[in-house]
Amino acid sequence: MDTHLIKKKTKPVRPGGKTRKKARPFPKGRQVVPSALKDVQKLLTGKSLASEMLIEHLHLIQDKFGHLSAEHLAALAEEMKLAQAEVYEVATFYHHFDVVREGENAPPEITIRVCDSLSCEMAGAQDIMKALKDKAPKYVRVQHAPCMGLCDKAPAAAIGKNYTGDVSVSNLLKAAKARDVKPEKPKYQTFDAYVKDGGYKVLKKLRKGAKSPDDVIETLLEAGLRGLGGAGFPSGQKWKFVRAVEGTRYMCINADEGEPGTFKDRLYLQTKPHQFLEGMLIGAWGVEADAVYIYLRDEYPAIRNILVKEIALLEKKKIIKPGYVHLRRGAGAYICGEESAMIESIEGKRGLPRHRPPYVAQVGLFGRPTLVHNVETVYLMPEILAKGADWFIKEGREGHKGNRSYSVSGRVKKPGVVLTAAGATAEELIELCGGMERDHTFKGYLPGGPSGGILPAKMGNLPLDFGQLEKYGSFVGSHAVVILSDKDHMRDVSVNLLKFFEDESCGQCTPCRVGCEKAVKLMSAKKWNTNLLGQLSGAMTDASICGLGQAAPNPIKSVIKYFKKDVS
Amino acid sequence: MSDKITFNLDGKKVIAELGESIWQVAKRQGTTIPHLCWKDEPGYRADGNCRACMVEVEGERVLAASCVRQPTAGMNVITQSERAKTSRKMVIELLLADQPKMKDAHDSESDFIGWTKAMNVKTSRFPKSKRPKTDISHSAMAVNLDACIHCNLCVRACREVQVNDVIGMASRGADSKIVFDFDDPMGQSSCVACGECVQICPTGALMPKTIVDDKGRGGRVADREVNSVCPYCGVGCQITYKIRNNKKTGRDEIAWVEGAGGKSNENRLCVKGRFGFDYVTSPERLTKPLIRIPGKPKGLNMDPSKPLENFREATWDEALKVAAKGLKTIRKEKGPKALAGFGSAKCSNEEAYLFQKLVRTGFGSNNVDHCTRLCHASSVAALMETIGSGAVTAPFMAVKDSDVIIVIGANPTENHPVAATYFKQAAKRGAELIVMDPRGQGLKRHSTHMLQFKSGSDVAMLNAIMHVIVEEDLYDKQYIQSHTEGFKNIKKHLKDFSPEKMAEICGIDAGELRTVARKYATAGRSIIFWGMGVSQHTHGTDNARCLISLALMTGQTGRPGTGLHPLRGQNNVQGASDAGLIPMLLPDYMKVGDTDIRAKFEKLWGAELDPNPGLTVVEIINAIHSDEITGMYIMGENPAMSDPDANHARAALAKLDHLVVQDIFLTETAMFADVVLPATAWPEKDGTVSNTNRQVQMGRKALDAPGEAKPDWWITQAIAKGMGLKWTYRKPEDVFTEMKQAMPSLNNITWDRLENENSVTYPCPAIDHPGDDIVFADRFPTNDGLGKFVPASVRAPNEVPDKKFPFILITGRQLEHWHTGAMTRRSYVLDQVQPSPTVQMNMKDIDKFGINPGDMVKVSTRRGEVKIAVRVDNMVSPGTVFIPFAYVEASANELTNPQLDPIGKIPEFKYCAAKVEPLH
Repeated sequence: MDTHLIKKKTKPVRPGGKTRKKARPFPKGRQVVPSALKDVQKLLTGKSLASEMLIEHLHLIQDKFGHLSAEHLAALAEEMKLAQAEVYEVATFYHHFDVVREGENAPPEITIRVCDSLSCEMAGAQDIMKALKDKAPKYVRVQHAPCMGLCDKAPAAAIGKNYTGDVSVSNLLKAAKARDVKPEKPKYQTFDAYVKDGGYKVLKKLRKGAKSPDDVIETLLEAGLRGLGGAGFPSGQKWKFVRAVEGTRYMCINADEGEPGTFKDRLYLQTKPHQFLEGMLIGAWGVEADAVYIYLRDEYPAIRNILVKEIALLEKKKIIKPGYVHLRRGAGAYICGEESAMIESIEGKRGLPRHRPPYVAQVGLFGRPTLVHNVETVYLMPEILAKGADWFIKEGREGHKGNRSYSVSGRVKKPGVVLTAAGATAEELIELCGGMERDHTFKGYLPGGPSGGILPAKMGNLPLDFGQLEKYGSFVGSHAVVILSDKDHMRDVSVNLLKFFEDESCGQCTPCRVGCEKAVKLMSAKKWNTNLLGQLSGAMTDASICGLGQAAPNPIKSVIKYFKKDVS
Repeated sequence: MSDKITFNLDGKKVIAELGESIWQVAKRQGTTIPHLCWKDEPGYRADGNCRACMVEVEGERVLAASCVRQPTAGMNVITQSERAKTSRKMVIELLLADQPKMKDAHDSESDFIGWTKAMNVKTSRFPKSKRPKTDISHSAMAVNLDACIHCNLCVRACREVQVNDVIGMASRGADSKIVFDFDDPMGQSSCVACGECVQICPTGALMPKTIVDDKGRGGRVADREVNSVCPYCGVGCQITYKIRNNKKTGRDEIAWVEGAGGKSNENRLCVKGRFGFDYVTSPERLTKPLIRIPGKPKGLNMDPSKPLENFREATWDEALKVAAKGLKTIRKEKGPKALAGFGSAKCSNEEAYLFQKLVRTGFGSNNVDHCTRLCHASSVAALMETIGSGAVTAPFMAVKDSDVIIVIGANPTENHPVAATYFKQAAKRGAELIVMDPRGQGLKRHSTHMLQFKSGSDVAMLNAIMHVIVEEDLYDKQYIQSHTEGFKNIKKHLKDFSPEKMAEICGIDAGELRTVARKYATAGRSIIFWGMGVSQHTHGTDNARCLISLALMTGQTGRPGTGLHPLRGQNNVQGASDAGLIPMLLPDYMKVGDTDIRAKFEKLWGAELDPNPGLTVVEIINAIHSDEITGMYIMGENPAMSDPDANHARAALAKLDHLVVQDIFLTETAMFADVVLPATAWPEKDGTVSNTNRQVQMGRKALDAPGEAKPDWWITQAIAKGMGLKWTYRKPEDVFTEMKQAMPSLNNITWDRLENENSVTYPCPAIDHPGDDIVFADRFPTNDGLGKFVPASVRAPNEVPDKKFPFILITGRQLEHWHTGAMTRRSYVLDQVQPSPTVQMNMKDIDKFGINPGDMVKVSTRRGEVKIAVRVDNMVSPGTVFIPFAYVEASANELTNPQLDPIGKIPEFKYCAAKVEPLH
C-alpha cells in the first residue's frame, strides 16, 4: 500500500450533531457570587456551620438584608456545605423568610403583619388589612399572619418586630412611618427579685441531692401535672420514658405557642422568666440532659431579648455552663409547636412531624431521647416542688387537679389569661372576664383553639379539663377559650379556622395537605355538602400523620353537629 | 430475645422479621395494600406520607401507615376494615381531583393510575385547584408537576439514593412544590440527569422525554425488555432496555432504559447509562465494510458522517481479504514483530480473549495492548509487585461497612457516578470521607477532609501520612508481622518524610496530614479508592505503592469495609486485562516469559508463542515512527484521540503501511485506516464483561445490528481465518468455554450461571456461591503469601511549569462524555448537556487575563495547541487548567506529555506544562 502523509492540518469535524451549540461557560446550576459569599462569611464569623444552624443563619441574613436573595442563599449553602435545594426548601417553608429569586423584587422596607386568626378577625382584622393595603406607602408591605399571642388585645399586628395589640390603621401607619419596628421591652421579675423571692432554691437543693429524680417523678405524678402545651400527658411519666434510655439525652422547651387564642406562655415568659428557667433546669436535671434547647416562636421577639439576657446571666452566675442552654428561634410555622416538628426545626430542617412510634422521649433531638415540655408545664414545677403535690392538687376543684391558665378571648369584656382551678367552665370564664361584650349573646365557644372544635352555648357548663370534652368531639388542648356570640356566623368562623390549618399544614401527608385545601373550598359554599365534608373529615382524622391534620376537621364536625343551621 | 415478631394480620397469626413493616408482611401473606409513596425497592425507606396504605391497629385512636409501621408482638392489624378502606379511597379521591384527565396522562401505566383502577375510584367529587406548569427545559426529562402527588419519592431518589441533592420540597402545605435547586427549570439546575427520579416517579410527573409526546402524554409501555449491563464505565450497572418497535421504520428501538437490580448498582444509573443509548441508532453508524480509495490522504480530514469521501464500500468478502492479506504480507516480509494490535476494553471478555489470541498465534508476537495502559497500568504493576494481584481487594459497595474512606486522585461523581452514590451515602451515614485531589470535586461537599494537594506531590503527601503512622506508633504490628515483609525497610525510609517537611511540597498543612493519618490508621475499618489522578503519572507506580503500603501497615485490608480499590475506568478494562490484552501477560496475568505457562497455552492454542513481552501502547506508536511496526489491527480503540501527544500518534497511524480498524463509527482512528470493518454496538451482541468489583456480568443482545455490521468476535475470527488460523467458534459461549480452560479465575463461573444470575464475582469458591467480594484475608497470592512494602521516593513530574509554560495542564473525563466521545457525542442528551469543549479554569486566572467565561483561549504545550472556550470552575486550583479529552475540535491529547512511568509504562496525562493565551 502506498503511504499517505497528512499534507496540512485541516480542521477536524466533530462527530454527531452538527449544530454548533455554545460551550457551557459555567458548571451546572447556580454559581456562587463572590461578593455574596463575602457577605455571608462576614455574618457567620465565629459561628457554627453545622447543618442544624441553618434556620438561625437564615435569620441572620433576613435580619441584615430584609430578605433572602438567591445569591445569599447560594453562598450560605456553599459555606455550610449544604445543597442549594436543602437551603431553599427550609427557607421557603417558614413564613418569616422572604426568599427573593433572581429577577424578583425585594420586599419593601417594612412589613406589617396583621393577625387574622379568629379573635383578631372577630375584632375587624380583615377591614384593617384592606384599608392598610389601600393606604400603605411604598415602603410598607401588608401581609396577613396567624395568631401572635395577643388575642387579649385583638386586633393585633406587627410592624417589623414590633408586635402590638389594639391596633388601628392610623396607628399602624404612624408606627411604620416612625420606623417603630423594634420589640417592646416588658417589665419582668429580675433574677435578683426572683432569688429574693426564694427562686432557684428548689433547683439548688435538687442538684445537691436533696431528692432523686425518681422522687421528683413521684411528686409530679401525684400532683397530676400534665403537659400544658395541649396534649396533657403526665409530666412525670415523660421523665420516666426519657430516663429509660441510657446515653446522651436532651431537653427541649416548646415555646412555640401558636394555637390561635393561646397566650399564657407569653405572659409567663415576659413576666417571670426566671421561674420558667428554673423549672426548665429542674426538668433538665431530672433527665440529666446533656443540653437544653428552647424553641421560641419568632412572634415573641421581646421575650427573645429577655431570654438572651437572662440565660447569659445564668451562665455568669454559674447556674449553667456556657452553651448548655440553646435559644432557638422559630420562623413562622405553627406546625413547629408539634413536638417532633419542633425537633426537626431545631435540627435546621423543615418542620415536618415525624411518625410515631418511636416517640421523641425515645428517639428525639439528633436521634436521642428527648424530654419536651411546654413553657407553662415547667413554669409550674418550682412551685409544686417547693410547696408539695398536695398544695397543687388542692388548687383544683372537685375531681380536677391543680390550677390552669385559660387564655380567654373573643366576645368577652375583659379578655386575658385567667388563672383558676382546673375544670372551670366556659360560663365561669365569661364571668371571670367581666361577662359578654355589650350587645353580644353567648352562642358558642372554642374550648381549645381551632383544634379543639366548637361547642354550643348550651354546653357552656362543661368542665374544661383534659379528657372531659372528647365525648362531645372536642378537647381542651392548650386551654385557649374563644367566646363566640350571636354576631358570629359559624360558617365564617369555621372557614377562618380551616384557612388557618390550610396555611399552616406542613404539606407532608395527603389528608391534611389536600384535605384542608379542599375543605376550605367546599366550606365557602353557602350550603355545605355535609356528606362529602363529613367523609373528608373522617379520613383527615383517621389518616393524617399528626395532630394538626387529625384535629383540623374538628371545626367542620362541630358545625355539622351543633350549628347545622348556619350552613344549610 | 427473638428477632421475630408474632402478630395478627386480618385475624391470622403471622410472623414478621425484625425491621419488617406491616405492609411487607402483608405482601408476603398475599395482600398488597395500596401504596404510592412507598416503593418496595432497595435504597428507598418508607416515608408514610401519602396515606394510601392505612390500616387499622386494634386499640389505636387513628389508623396507621402500614409502610412505615412495624408490628409489635400481639398486635392486631386489620387491613381490610371498612374504616381503613374508606380512608385509603378518600386519599386516592383527594389526589385524583388534581390529576390530569386520563386521556392526557403523562404515564398511562403509572402506579397512581393503576391504583385508581384497582380501587375503583373513577372520578373525584372535590374541586380542582390550580396546577403548576410543564417544565421541558431539560433535554432528557419532562417535568409535569400537574401530576405530582407530593409523595416525595423523587426527593428521596435525589437526596438519599443518588445523593445528588438537587430536588427539594419547597414551601409548605398546599403550596408545597417539588423544586430543583431554587425552583429553577430542571435544565438550568445542578441536575446531573441520573434520572433516578424519573425511574421512581409513581405518577408520570417526571418522565423520560423519549416516551411522551409534545403535549406530555405517554406511558411506560414497552414491546419487550432485555436485561443487560451498561457499556460505559467500570461500575458495570445492570440495566433493562425497554424496547419498542418504531412503526415508521419497522425497526426495534431502545425507547428508554431503567436500572436493574445488580449488586453494584441496585437499580441506579447515571446520565450515560440511562439516556446515552441513542448512539446505536446514529445515522453515522458504519453499516458496510469500507476500503480506502487509493490516493486519498489519511488524517483527520473528513466528516465522520461521510465515509465515502475517502472510502468506498466493499463486500465483507473483499474487505476481509484485503485486511488479512495486508497483515499477512507484512508478517511474511518483515516478520511477526512488524505487526501489532490494539484491543479494546469496550468489547466483551470473549472478544478481548480472541483478539489477544489472534495477535499471539496469528501475528506471532506479543504486540497487543489496550487502553489499560493509559489508565491503570501503574496501579496494576504496583499491586502485582506487592500483593500479587492486580484487581481490587474489595468492591466499592464495601464502603457501607467503612468508618474511614479515602478517595484519592479519583473524581467518581463524574467518572464512576453510581459508585459515588455509595460513597456519598456512607458519608451521609457518618463515615469519614477523606478526599485527596489537586482539583476540588463533587465529593468535596460530602467530605470531612478535603486535601487539595499540589499536583504531582502524591508521594510526598502519602509518605508524610505514613511517617505519622510510624512515628506515633499507629501501625498494626500483628498484621505487619503475619501478613507482610519489608516493614523495617520502609520504616527507615519514611523517617525523612515528616509532615512538617512535606507540607511545603504537597501544600497540605502538617496538622491536617497528622489528623488524616490518625483517622485512617486508628479507625476500625478504612478503605482506599483511587483513580487516574494517582496512576497517570510518571511516578504512578510509586503513588500506588504508597497507597498499598499505607493499607498494609495499618492492616486495613482483607476485612469488611477495608481494602484497596483502584476504580477501573472502562466497562471491561478489568475483563480485557484478565483476558490477556496485555503485551507481557497471558490470560490471568501469567507471564509470557514463563516457559511452563507458555507451554500450557501453546498446547491449548496449538501454536508456538513468543517468549518476549510485546510493546505497550505508546511504545508501539514509537515503533511505527522508527519503522519497526508497519501494520496494525485496531479493534474499538481510538488512539488518534486517546494517546498522549496525539499529533505524534496520528502521524504514526498515517505512516502505517496497513491499518485495519474495526469499530461502530468512523472514529478519528478509522480515518487513518486502509480497511474499516463495521462492528455491532454493545446492545447488538451477547457477551460477558467484568467490572471494577471483579463481577463477571452478562451482556445481552437487544437489537439487530444495522446493515451488515457484525459482532467483533465474528470479525476477529474472520481475520484469524484469513490469516490461516482454524477457528470454529460459533458463538460467544464457545469462546467463554475455552477461556475457562485457560483462566482459573473463572472457576465455578459458567455461561449458564451468568445467564441465570446475571453476575458472579471472581474468585468464586463454589458453583452455588456468588463469589468472594473481599479477598486476601489470610494470605496474598504472592509466592510466600505476604504483602510487600515497596518504599517510594519523591520524584517531580516530567515537565514542570516554567516561564514559557506557566500552567499545569490536567486532562481527564467528564460525566457526560465517555473517553474519546465516539459514543456519547452521538447521543442527543449527552451532546445537549455538554456540546462543546472547554478548558476549566479558576476565576482568579480568568480575571488575570481580563476575559470572561465563554471566551476563547489558546492552550498550548511543547507538543501542540488547541483553541477552546473557557469555563470558570473554581474547583480547579489557580495555576492549573483542566481539559477533558473527548472533543476532537480541541483535542486535549495534542497537548499531553507522552513520557512514561518506567514500570507501568503509563503516560503522564495528569501533568504537563502549558500556556494559556486569550484569543481576541
